Amino acid sequence: MDSLTNYLVVSVVLFSLGLFGVITRRNGVAVLMGVELILNSANLNFLAFARFGGMNMAGHVFALFVIVLAAAEAAVALAIIINIFNNFQTINVDEVSDLKQ
Amino acid sequence: MITGNIITDFSLLILFLPLAAFTINIIVGKRLPRQGDWVSIGAILITLVLSLSMLLNMFMNWDSDFSHEAKFTWIDLGAFKIELGFWVDNITIVMLVVVSLISSMTHIFSLEYLKGDVRYSRYYAYLGLFTFSMNGIVLANNLISLYVFWELVGVSSYLLIAHWFEKPSAAAAGKKAFLTNRVGDIGFFIGIMLMFTAIGSFNFQEVFSGVSQGLIGGSLLTLAGVGLFMGAVGKSSQFPLHIWLPDAMEGPTPVSALMHAATMVAAGVYLTVRLFPLFSSDALLIIAYVGGFTAFFAASIAITQNDIKKVLAYSTVSQLGYMILAVGVGNYIAAFFHLLTHAMFKACLFYGSGSVIHAMHHSLHELDDHKTDPQDMRNMGGFKSKMPITYWTMTIATLAISGVPFFSGFLSKDAILAGSLGFAQHYPQHFLLPVFGFGAAAITAFYMFRLIFMTFHGESKMPKVFKRIHESPRVMTFPLMLLSGLSIFIFYTLPYFNPLSDHGWFTELILAGDSVVPGNPTAHEIGEGVHHAHYTAMALSLLVAGLGIGLSYLMYIKKKLSAEAWAKKMGFMYKLSFNKYYFDENYDRFLYQPFLKLSRAVAYVDWDLYDKYFINGFGRITKWLSFLTGRIDYDGLDQSIVDGLGRSVQGFGKQLKQVQTGRLQNYMLFALVGVIIILVIQTI
Amino acid sequence: MADFTFWIVVGLTLGSAFMVVQSKNLLYSAYALLFSFMGVTGLYVFLWADFIAVVQVVVYVGGILILIIFGIMLTNKITSVNISHTSVQKGIGTLAVLGIATLLAYMVFSTPWIELANVEQEETTASIGRLLMMDYLLPFEAASLLLLGALIGATTLSRKED
Repeated sequence: MDSLTNYLVVSVVLFSLGLFGVITRRNGVAVLMGVELILNSANLNFLAFARFGGMNMAGHVFALFVIVLAAAEAAVALAIIINIFNNFQTINVDEVSDLKQ
Repeated sequence: MITGNIITDFSLLILFLPLAAFTINIIVGKRLPRQGDWVSIGAILITLVLSLSMLLNMFMNWDSDFSHEAKFTWIDLGAFKIELGFWVDNITIVMLVVVSLISSMTHIFSLEYLKGDVRYSRYYAYLGLFTFSMNGIVLANNLISLYVFWELVGVSSYLLIAHWFEKPSAAAAGKKAFLTNRVGDIGFFIGIMLMFTAIGSFNFQEVFSGVSQGLIGGSLLTLAGVGLFMGAVGKSSQFPLHIWLPDAMEGPTPVSALMHAATMVAAGVYLTVRLFPLFSSDALLIIAYVGGFTAFFAASIAITQNDIKKVLAYSTVSQLGYMILAVGVGNYIAAFFHLLTHAMFKACLFYGSGSVIHAMHHSLHELDDHKTDPQDMRNMGGFKSKMPITYWTMTIATLAISGVPFFSGFLSKDAILAGSLGFAQHYPQHFLLPVFGFGAAAITAFYMFRLIFMTFHGESKMPKVFKRIHESPRVMTFPLMLLSGLSIFIFYTLPYFNPLSDHGWFTELILAGDSVVPGNPTAHEIGEGVHHAHYTAMALSLLVAGLGIGLSYLMYIKKKLSAEAWAKKMGFMYKLSFNKYYFDENYDRFLYQPFLKLSRAVAYVDWDLYDKYFINGFGRITKWLSFLTGRIDYDGLDQSIVDGLGRSVQGFGKQLKQVQTGRLQNYMLFALVGVIIILVIQTI
Repeated sequence: MADFTFWIVVGLTLGSAFMVVQSKNLLYSAYALLFSFMGVTGLYVFLWADFIAVVQVVVYVGGILILIIFGIMLTNKITSVNISHTSVQKGIGTLAVLGIATLLAYMVFSTPWIELANVEQEETTASIGRLLMMDYLLPFEAASLLLLGALIGATTLSRKED
């Protein structure tokens, strides 16, 4: 278990699952969940490198900042989703296709 | 005592104040109260005060060698350098006073004369432009800026002669004046360039020293001198370019007084006076003959003219001829002296004629008579009682121009005649010069009194008009009185009082300089000759003046001699003189018409041959070729390549458009695929 | 034993993450996310990151997840028990994600990672505090401003227009 590669592989899988969620999910909240998974995988990487790089505390600080950003992002994203719901009566992102030409 | 820097400042102000007035009036003049005439008058009066203070300073200093030069570098190209600047000496100062004085009088006189004119503010603007350029000529210390101002004077003269350009004759006169001047100016320019090529400088002093060092000499110097003199011929209306000045009388009378009597036409004389030291003896001889002949010839035309302004115009030409003659015989200070006195009395005469014309015009206007010529002396007569101020001032000026003692003209004319007589005594083969001079003096006295007698004496020929004639208002009579006052000898002989001698401030302050041309007689030698001939000349000139006046008196007052009978007796001569020796006609026949014919022939070749066959042929071929290429272009290229390309792009775009789904997740997927592709390429 | 626990945690994390992206019921997804977060927390513990693990629990589980569940509740009818949600472009999405996962895995395995041996476990809270207050003071303050901005922004966005 004490191997960097193990953690990295876990991180890769977690990232891929999150990415899959972001790409395929129709519901806006579910897309947000995918984003959270991606952020977690990134954090996992930070901490893994910190642990195997001689307990480098900078990695921890960065992880902390990521969590802070994730919190802020989640708050704003949910506010946006609620706004979309108010405007379109749905939060299915494929139906909100105003970007279409 | 005024120091040099202040003189420079004064000169700058004198130069640029009228220009400022011109700029203001030409731009906003119409919107100013009173159409901006006060701007111009204010500027010119300040100019006058400044010039008078310079004159006063000259008297305080009493230094005949006074000279001040201020210059700055205008163009410096290493080998080629032009410096502009001022050269102020006693001649300059006197000339500045003349210009600003006559210009001020004109400004004041015009207040009434041009009241209600359609282009009132523009008229004042042009007066400012003229004063600016004239002062520029006077102050110039080099040939190039002199030439620039020379042309500017020509332009303002053109603008002012053609002031009433609705009249075709006025427009034509303006054009004629301008073009005739150009003929002279070409010679002037050639002269300048010859000087510059030989000496490498435009500055007067440097040119003089260059000539004295012999950098230019022989026939080339004569040629350059004649070239420079050509400018004077044009501007001072000398034979054979005298034809423009009489026509220039189409302009407003105050303008005639300012430009075509006192200042602008004197510019030519001023030029020859300024450049006198560099004329070679041959050039001077040409100058003398041109001047002498013009003096006599113009006077002979003036006898028969009936238009009051035409008489004065030819008289001006004749008097300018006098001045040129004086320059030619080397007595150029006398020329300048005559320029000064002539400016005063001739301006006075012109203002007087303006006053008479003004009165006639108003009278005719009241009678609703637009056919009678208000300038024709045959319609006048007996105005003496109605216009006393005009009569007396004009009479004083006439006495002055006729060379009667106690008046200024006597002094200056006497000096000129003495000069020419002295010259002829020295060179007997040139006896014609004094003959021209004295002959012209006699004729001048005759026709000037003819003018006075026909206008102011005798019975009126048109009683109805006569009834309504009245004296002009004060703004018009004031310049008359001032200038006639200045025609009295005392102003020129101060601080001495001797009406028969020109000895005074002028002769003491303005001394003739030596010619810089090697071999020419020195000023002292010329002065000796003049002095020698002085008393003979005085006696002769008194005699001829008396003769002229007496003849005129007999003919037009006593009617002892009938003018008509004499005219008949002299048939051919009379006709020749009346028609101004057919100069305009001959110029027309021998110069303009052949030239027009040549132009027409060239035009025929150009239009009917060259254009028709060559140009149009080319045109047709080009048109046909264009048609062919057009077909290829439209039906061939456009349909297949251009439109085809467009169509295929359109189709492709339609296909590609479907990629734009508007779904965020699609875009993200594309991005992801892109990332994968890039990474794969990187890895491989 | 530790090895075994590690794999259990990994399995929990990845399995529930799979549930998050796979489940047809949105609420199930949310619950699965909770377990996934907990699994990640466990992994943090294995990485000796005690402070971050606690923060993860507090912020993610206690904050973000609650926020997400609120979002679900606010945007769906509360009565419908089965809040279904479907997926789009599953096939091509799977392919693309598998592709990128392959590439990343290739990278992970092909890179010769340098692992320092004999690293001592230590208390992290004090060091993080020191770093935050000294080296990373500016980002720390910026983060506080960001949070303030997010707070105001979220409030403004979700407010009903008057």
